[in-house]
Amino acid sequence: MSKLSGLGGRLYRGETSVDFIGKRRRWYAFSGVLIIASALALSIQGLHLGIEFKGGSAFTVTKTGISLPDARAAVASTKIPGDTIIQKLGTNKIRVQTAPLTTLQSNQVQDALAAKFGIATDAIDTQIVGPSWGKEITQKALYGLFGFLIVVLLYLAMAFEPKMAIAAIIAVIHDVFITVGIYALVGFDVTPATVIGFLTILGYSLYDTVVVFDKVRENTRTITSGSKMTYSQAANLAVNQTLVRSFNTSLIALLPVASILFVGAGLLGAGTLKDLSLALFIGLATGTYSSIFIATPILARLREREPAMQALAKRVAARTSAPAEAVVKATASSPSRTAVATAEKRGPRNQPKRKNRR
Amino acid sequence: MSTSAQSRTPKTASRPGRTLAILGVVLVALLSLVFIQGATSVKLGLDLRGGTSVTLQPRIAAGTSGTVTSAAIDQAVSIIRQRVNSLGVAESEVTAQGSGANRQIVISVPGDTGRRVVDLVGQTAELRFRQVLVSGAPGATAVTGTAATPPPGVSAAINAQYAALDCTKAVNRQGTGTDRADQPIVACDRTGTSKFILAPAEVLGQDVSKASAAINQTTGSGWYVLLTFNDSGTTKFGALTTRVTKLAAPQNEVAIVLDGLVVSAPRINEAITAGNAEITGNFTQTDATDLSNVLKYGALPLAFDRGEVQQISPTLGSDQLHAGLLAGFIGLGLVLLYSLLYYRGLGVVSVGSLLIAGSITYMLFLLFGKWIGFTLTLAGIAGAIVAIGITADSFIVYFERIRDEVREGRSLRSAVETGWIRARRTIIVADFVSMIASALLYIFAVGGVRGFAFTLGLTTLIDLFVVFVFTKPIVTVLAKRKFYNSGHPLSGLSPKNLGVVITTPNAVKEA
Repeated sequence: MSKLSGLGGRLYRGETSVDFIGKRRRWYAFSGVLIIASALALSIQGLHLGIEFKGGSAFTVTKTGISLPDARAAVASTKIPGDTIIQKLGTNKIRVQTAPLTTLQSNQVQDALAAKFGIATDAIDTQIVGPSWGKEITQKALYGLFGFLIVVLLYLAMAFEPKMAIAAIIAVIHDVFITVGIYALVGFDVTPATVIGFLTILGYSLYDTVVVFDKVRENTRTITSGSKMTYSQAANLAVNQTLVRSFNTSLIALLPVASILFVGAGLLGAGTLKDLSLALFIGLATGTYSSIFIATPILARLREREPAMQALAKRVAARTSAPAEAVVKATASSPSRTAVATAEKRGPRNQPKRKNRR
Repeated sequence: MSTSAQSRTPKTASRPGRTLAILGVVLVALLSLVFIQGATSVKLGLDLRGGTSVTLQPRIAAGTSGTVTSAAIDQAVSIIRQRVNSLGVAESEVTAQGSGANRQIVISVPGDTGRRVVDLVGQTAELRFRQVLVSGAPGATAVTGTAATPPPGVSAAINAQYAALDCTKAVNRQGTGTDRADQPIVACDRTGTSKFILAPAEVLGQDVSKASAAINQTTGSGWYVLLTFNDSGTTKFGALTTRVTKLAAPQNEVAIVLDGLVVSAPRINEAITAGNAEITGNFTQTDATDLSNVLKYGALPLAFDRGEVQQISPTLGSDQLHAGLLAGFIGLGLVLLYSLLYYRGLGVVSVGSLLIAGSITYMLFLLFGKWIGFTLTLAGIAGAIVAIGITADSFIVYFERIRDEVREGRSLRSAVETGWIRARRTIIVADFVSMIASALLYIFAVGGVRGFAFTLGLTTLIDLFVVFVFTKPIVTVLAKRKFYNSGHPLSGLSPKNLGVVITTPNAVKEA
């Protein structure tokens, strides 16, 4: 742990530095591959939609010593139309999933199952979803998604800079796309709980990006007045400085989610908890990745196009293109030079500090 | 920035006591509210204790044209509520969720009433005008004496039904939308104050074209309802009123029947052949508006598509509750453990903050259950668990800021203040984004999703509150203690921990 803390210190001063922005093409390529894979998975396999979206009924019977053949026989006796999926959950639960049924038909299924296993119909957990219901909630989820993106875009543009808002939104769309792709690829069920998970992730992925961008903004506030660092270098320093923080916030956020996933999948088998936390889990991981590897490089790229930033880049290049030996040193130590500068500037303030520490 | 930070340092640093006092007052106030209100347990949703929930999507009934209006949905909710209440199950709820005319009606009934609920709520409620044949006190009567001889136009069977009907019982006032228009029926008054035998319907809801509440302009008091029929309605209502106005009471009354229940049974004073009727009485404004709404709804009745039905057995409910709580405890435990391991002494602050945030959340759950009928669902529990992470993230942002400031060469006491000014912004922006997400989820979603959005939004607000009135001031107080500002190895602020090598200017020059 303290090793990590020490790393935090070195990253902060720029002694240890990962070049996130310079190698952006590598990350873009990596994400590009993921996005293409997602698109392929989506178009070939499509999403595995739960009955909430396509309509249908699900009956869950809980009884010790329950067997699949019995359940099959019970369901077959009702002669209901459409495909029926019967699966075992854990040791004593069976879930029967059918196509959309009329009230009469679903009552028949309940009665047949209750009679077969000798339980009351009220003890069967039933979920019946009308065929047009899915369209309704899909539409609502999409409204929610677009509404969210627009409101957040406006808010971040006000709170930060318009270009930061654009970069953040691109990163969010990237996350949604990859998460959806993973769902298509693996074939996880998509339920309303999954959709909630997605929407929450959007907020979360932005949380991470906000933390990084806040530091970027701080590092670049007075950058054009000097000629020490280009925008990209300052942004890269910011990513490095917030790396430990990003790691910690993501890990802390993942811990409760992982515990929901573990308990939800382990104890309950299927349902709201599992669906929700799985989406959160996958989304959190991509969200952390994108705020570091995608959002900041895009922001740097957008800002580097500005004339002021290009002029700055030229000044920095001119400064560093002195003797050949100095070039290497200057790039490597430019962050620590700022540290020197600040330390010198804040020299007097170091005095009371030592007084406090006696 | 640095100058303003400097000037603010003494001010913010001197306030921790006061801020902590505010927190204390809030906590005590919440706690006493909980006791005063007698809110001792969190209301659990149906998915945690078993029950049936039905979500209905209103649409225009077949054979009529028009659009679903918000007022029609309100009317439908009250009709369905009437039906559900007749089941006599405590804590049943009928609500409309969503916004405006695009709302769904959500019915939740605890316990094992599954099928009855589903059958009960889906029927379309119709409005009909029926002539009153017999009316009387609401209680059941014996079929003897005068009651044994049915009045003209009433069969013996109907008469017996009428005698047996007890309108004082809620179960008999359920209205099912199954009354046949072409048959005479027995019916209760909506409020259960009288009962009726009614003739077959002669005028239907679809025959109404307009209805509105109005006030007598000359006297300025006395509310009444204006009713306008369409062409076929004008003819039928004209014929009905022409016939009954000559008869003796109560047969000169025409009952307005919605969903099998009599809403009003005005006496017909004259033949109304022009298609415009005025219904007068001892109406208050509310009475008149209610009646006109009933008539408007009748003109354009709603049918319901069964969107989703969920029946959860009490066993599954308690399983889900236990799983949710277990997940919460494990999640909280892991987060606490990690903060203690990583942040050592500062971790204690985040443990305290999370515990305070947790107790505020719990007390608000109790109070909201009392005030706005907040119920905790499985999705809501999940929202609260996810919020643990978001809350802890705020502390991390702040702690890392403090450490950055110390690395910049500040003393701990000033790092705590300047770090706060910077972290505060990040925390506010990030929490605000989280709140936008939960607000939109709440607006657009139905059912369980709303529970998730509500708890997530609430806990984000609590997070902001706790960071401002507890975490920050307590860190200020602790920063004055030797254990922390001397950089004790266990304080989480030791030089080794921070990787601080810039302790002297010499070290800087080396780098």
